[in-house]
Amino acid sequence: MNARIVKLFAFIGVSFAVLVGFTSYWTVFDANNLKNERVNKRPLFEAQQIKRGRILADDGTVIARSVAKGSGPSLRYVRDYPEGDSYGHPIGYSFVEYGNSEFEAYHNSELIGDENEFSSIIDELRGKKPEGNDLITSIDPTAQQTAFDLLGGQPGAVVAIEPDTGAVKAMVSVPPFNPNDVPTDFSALSADPSRPMFNRSTQGQYPPGSTFKLVTAAAALDSGAITPDETINSPGSIDVQGHPLANDFDQDFGDINVTTALTNSVNTYFAQLGEKIGTGTLEDYMTKFGFNSKPQLDLPDGQMSTSGVFDLENDKLLTGDDPIDVGRLAIGQERLLATPVQMAEVAATIANGGKLMRPQIWDKVKDPDGRTVKTMDPEVQSDVISEETANELTDAMQDVVNEGTGTAAALSGVDVAGKTGTAEVPDKDECGGLPNQAWFVGFAPADDPQIAVAATVECTDGQGGTVAAPIAAGVMQTLLGE
Amino acid sequence: MSASRNRELLALVPVALLLTAGFAAVFAQNDNQLTNLSLSYGLYFLAICLATHIYIRIRLPNADPYLFPLMALLTAFGLVMLYRLDAEMGSELARDQANWFVIGLILFAVVIQFFKDYSVLERYRYTIALISLGLLMAPRLPVIGSQVNGAYLGISLGPISFQPAELAKIGIVIFLASYLREHRELLVVGARRFLGITFPPLKHLGPLLVVWGAAMFMLIFIRDLGSSLMFFAAFLALIYVATGRLSFVVIGMAMFLAGAWVIYHTVPHVTDRVDIWLDPYQDPSGAGYQILQSMFAMADGGLFGEGFAQAMVVIPGTDAPLLPAAQTDLIYTLITSELGLFGACAIIATYLLVAARGFKVALLANDGFSKLLATGLTTVFAFQAFVIIGGVTRVIPLTGVTLPLVSYGGSSILANFILLALLLLISDRARREAREGI
Repeated sequence: MNARIVKLFAFIGVSFAVLVGFTSYWTVFDANNLKNERVNKRPLFEAQQIKRGRILADDGTVIARSVAKGSGPSLRYVRDYPEGDSYGHPIGYSFVEYGNSEFEAYHNSELIGDENEFSSIIDELRGKKPEGNDLITSIDPTAQQTAFDLLGGQPGAVVAIEPDTGAVKAMVSVPPFNPNDVPTDFSALSADPSRPMFNRSTQGQYPPGSTFKLVTAAAALDSGAITPDETINSPGSIDVQGHPLANDFDQDFGDINVTTALTNSVNTYFAQLGEKIGTGTLEDYMTKFGFNSKPQLDLPDGQMSTSGVFDLENDKLLTGDDPIDVGRLAIGQERLLATPVQMAEVAATIANGGKLMRPQIWDKVKDPDGRTVKTMDPEVQSDVISEETANELTDAMQDVVNEGTGTAAALSGVDVAGKTGTAEVPDKDECGGLPNQAWFVGFAPADDPQIAVAATVECTDGQGGTVAAPIAAGVMQTLLGE
Repeated sequence: MSASRNRELLALVPVALLLTAGFAAVFAQNDNQLTNLSLSYGLYFLAICLATHIYIRIRLPNADPYLFPLMALLTAFGLVMLYRLDAEMGSELARDQANWFVIGLILFAVVIQFFKDYSVLERYRYTIALISLGLLMAPRLPVIGSQVNGAYLGISLGPISFQPAELAKIGIVIFLASYLREHRELLVVGARRFLGITFPPLKHLGPLLVVWGAAMFMLIFIRDLGSSLMFFAAFLALIYVATGRLSFVVIGMAMFLAGAWVIYHTVPHVTDRVDIWLDPYQDPSGAGYQILQSMFAMADGGLFGEGFAQAMVVIPGTDAPLLPAAQTDLIYTLITSELGLFGACAIIATYLLVAARGFKVALLANDGFSKLLATGLTTVFAFQAFVIIGGVTRVIPLTGVTLPLVSYGGSSILANFILLALLLLISDRARREAREGI
């Protein structure tokens, strides 16, 4: 019997080896899949036990913090947003049941302290629970509040960027939401037809109207298709791709240069200019300005939209190879959609001498002891146009504010450069019969730009020059006054 | 043979150290300070083990020196894990378990005292078999029977609840060992070949069919796949060792699988268990919750574990379990989550060492009954570990048997120390006879 007993032992040894095999599979080989499994709530619970870092405004105002609930093993942290709906966008929310959104999602690993593996091992040895880092943003609370006040409840968005660093100083989307309400009212907020959880600054795709003429002018001047003094005959109405295209009130401007055309936002001039430079060149410059891909902001890609020409029926981004009516594209029509942050980037590029700085909301990361771990390093996203072209455009944009369509954006004692836009909303019924999308993009001071702004108002019967320009001016004044 | 007893004594030292270190770690986690209480737990445990050791030294001087320390190690491991759960949940599982450990050792001494000549067990084999079957059926009786997760595993008499399958496993092994010792020759001699397969003679097939029937009966009525598997595996192992006919094992397995297949399609509880085993994601918050949480907790463990007392057992801020039945079914998961793959391997290695020593006892034994009894007891012990570890790691469907000596549960502790007593009795006789040159 002894030989058989040994064989039986061998069989049990093999059975136990199977157990070791399966245990290795779950603990090591398949561990990452299991951790990412949707029904696995452990990573969320673990995150909840870490004291997530705070999010602060540039002046130290606390935007988000973690509040301890319970003690001992049942200790957990719940997110609290002391400023309510003022920073719902772009900060977002972080709750175990609903996950993370916007800035909270993008900077999650820094906020839960994943970045400093080494010190967390030391902390663990000391019996200290890991703590997350604080994130200081570049957002200016006064500017943020001014934008809210000036929008006055009209649905729309305001984005303010520091041209030479890309630092986002204000980002407002109306209607806003209060992240503190997410745990109790998530489904109501999601179902609200006014879409408060939708960040219009980064996700809203609107026809940019005449503000896009800045891109057309930049492409024409920088590519050498025209010189600053070159004139084009701009009658009251012309035929573009077999369809008539007219100026406001069919006004005939005669032979004008690009400055005059921008100052008076002359459609017939820019339609011809667009046909002159062609779809390919315009497309190239659009891409350099940041169109045709997601903004490079520190927000999740899923919560940002691409700007460009869209085939809306197929939800497809069109390229220079697709049949595009370049004449209408040049004046900001032809299925062109842009986000407010994209138009702010256009203004910031011109303000910064033709270099687009990568826009960023974060400014500093500080560890729980208050030491600065990382600081935002301004980075050139792309060299869009020459400094010369930028200066020519700046001059023209100053004329827009001084004597053209954008006079409402003028500030006393500061030269403002800007461009207005009034686009037809794609669907009037969705806007309760109101016809216009009003825009203003610009920067100030014109000779030494400190701040670039894009402001837009959805569904209004006003014009860019009357509705959006004063909002942009107010935000610029606030930021320059400090 | 005081040399082997000295080895036993020496082997107990690391056990006491482990227990002390474990309790100290739980203290450090919870109070951020070390109290001498944890040290006294270790000393207390060592004192009890020492008393048992002295008893073995007097009564069974020749017995295997490693079996008791190995089983004490498993118990100590279980106590530390239970103490760690207590610290988090405010329960008193470790204290209860420690009490059961003491009672288990008393029972151990009683068995050694009264069954020094364990061959008397052979005489009462049918009585023992009947009592065992009765115990197995008890959970289906009205009033005292109780149902857990759809399986009938326990009986409760007033404040005491009991899992009779734990005791029945010993009784059934005694019966099988005795029966096969007597009939093994006949089973081999009378065997016939049919269609290339060797079948046991019909006359002697009857009792074996009864055992198969009992296993099926358990599946249907007790609805306990785990115990059924464990008993049947021990049965087949004994048949194989007794007769040397692998074909009997194959036939037995085929019969078991056929029966299990029919039952899978007819008994809804078994169907659910198997379906959840095959695809736990079909009901992640219901029937699949326990096994999924087991896998997720193991994934958190990785190679080295999250650290002692670091795994999440309840959903933070609530009493809702994240590891349901962490003190019984999922204790292996808890160990894996906190001590990692290495800790898990240590546990499996300990069971393998117990099996090795148990089979060593069987190898040294001189008579058929002793050999078969030691083989059966060892197999049933090892297979119980396989069934529950396999259950939580999804090798087989998850069932409610305990991880021997580690899981919380008085019946399991008592039964396993009776099992240990029998193994040591067999070992003592075998080694004494070897020494005396018989």
